[in-house]
Amino acid sequence: MADLLVEFFQWGFGVTLVPWLATLLGIVVGVLVIALPLLLAVAMSVYMDRKVWAGMQMRRGPNVVGPWGLMQSFADGLKLFLKETIIPASANKFIFLLAPALTFLLALVAWAVVPFDAGVVLSDINVGILYLFAISSLGVYGIILSGWASNSRYAFLGALRSAAQMVSYEVSIGFVLVTVLMTAGSLNLSDIVMAQKGQWFLFSPLLPMAVVFFISALAETNRPPFDLPEAEAEIVAGYQVEYSSMAFALFFLGEYANIILMCAMVSILFLGGWLPPLDWAPLYIIPGWIWFFGKIFVMFFLFAWVKATVPRYRYDQLMRLGWKVFLPLSLFWVVLTGALLLFTGKIPV
Amino acid sequence: MSLLKHAARTFLLSDFVKAMWLTFRYMFRPKATINYPYEKGPLSPRFRGEHALRRYPDGEERCIACKLCEAICPAQAITIEAAEAKDGTRRTTRYDIDMTKCIYCGYCQEACPVEAIVEGPNFEFATETREELFYNKERLLKNGDMWEQEIATNLKLDAPYR
Repeated sequence: MADLLVEFFQWGFGVTLVPWLATLLGIVVGVLVIALPLLLAVAMSVYMDRKVWAGMQMRRGPNVVGPWGLMQSFADGLKLFLKETIIPASANKFIFLLAPALTFLLALVAWAVVPFDAGVVLSDINVGILYLFAISSLGVYGIILSGWASNSRYAFLGALRSAAQMVSYEVSIGFVLVTVLMTAGSLNLSDIVMAQKGQWFLFSPLLPMAVVFFISALAETNRPPFDLPEAEAEIVAGYQVEYSSMAFALFFLGEYANIILMCAMVSILFLGGWLPPLDWAPLYIIPGWIWFFGKIFVMFFLFAWVKATVPRYRYDQLMRLGWKVFLPLSLFWVVLTGALLLFTGKIPV
Repeated sequence: MSLLKHAARTFLLSDFVKAMWLTFRYMFRPKATINYPYEKGPLSPRFRGEHALRRYPDGEERCIACKLCEAICPAQAITIEAAEAKDGTRRTTRYDIDMTKCIYCGYCQEACPVEAIVEGPNFEFATETREELFYNKERLLKNGDMWEQEIATNLKLDAPYR
């Protein structure tokens, strides 16, 4: 990217760039190329979520703003932008405003290591999967800070629920990641994708782990049926209850960016990232990023579909599923995968 | 056996799969809702919407200021003042309805001996300010002129059942 920019400036403006400036510019351009389409994708995914949800309830969904209501998210965004920011008198102002910004920021920075195609990745680090895991774990801070800083009972309850829930499900997500990286033999996301050439991990003994990962991803992003932190019927909107205007919009954007990130993670870990379903030459005519986006799209549809189908869990059921079902299952699968790899002699070097 | 069956059902998520398949099929069902601002549902002739004061076909006001509607109004939303008109008849000089108080019970039109005050079929009269909902005589007569055709049809349709 940096070399390309040096050449571009040389050719376009007759200016020779200093190497460090070129690198910096390259990173900025890379960030914009990822973040702007991502924000657009967030807006469209909110629309899609509402449309799918409405369809399954035999409603029409947003259909007035723009053709088929496609501009609805932008209208909502504009409305939120024009609204008054209300900061509760007893809130801790700095943390209150820091929390949504943190949520949004963490949802964006995670995309730095996501490979969109072979070699198309902002930062191809060797511990990509650990980085993703770490960033998604930090996401809980945005929520717990907002819940504490709001100085409101509902917000606090929501934040507590959210913190407990995310910690619980991260444990099983961690073990699922272990099975995947044992099979792939790498922590680098591009390598994990390439290890699935010909056979996705979804169609391997890792299938149950894919299901566990998907369900944990629902819990991790506070999506129904695990949306207890928001639970509008009991604690109105949990940690979001005191937020308005752009602060609320940032939470909303961060939430959906996280959901898309989780969809991308499922695609990378189990659905072969940018690879076509079969290792068959004509399928490679379609560019890799289209395969990748197609998979994210399907996964997001699944997220919306689940939301329309299942009712919310009770809190003890949620904890039971996390600790008494998923944790033993994923732990068992780590051992099983290890044994399988050892006895079939398929341990990746 | 039943334990095995239960375990299989739990781990294969068969109940979830069934439910997901159900919702998926519902997505392609005809919509239960209507496309509201562009499409509207049917209204009964007895529908009690926005109020209107009617006139006789020759343009004379029907209201004779008997104040029965004012008396019966359970929300006390109606205020009437009356005086003798030039032709010696008793007429209202003031006929106000506070639409923010009105509960749309329809007692006013039941009480009216001359079918002057009626609740028409219009229900889309939301306003941006409170003040706009304090209707005066002029506004109610305007409503009457505007909705006369619909109101007359509805009264005719409902007449056999009264």
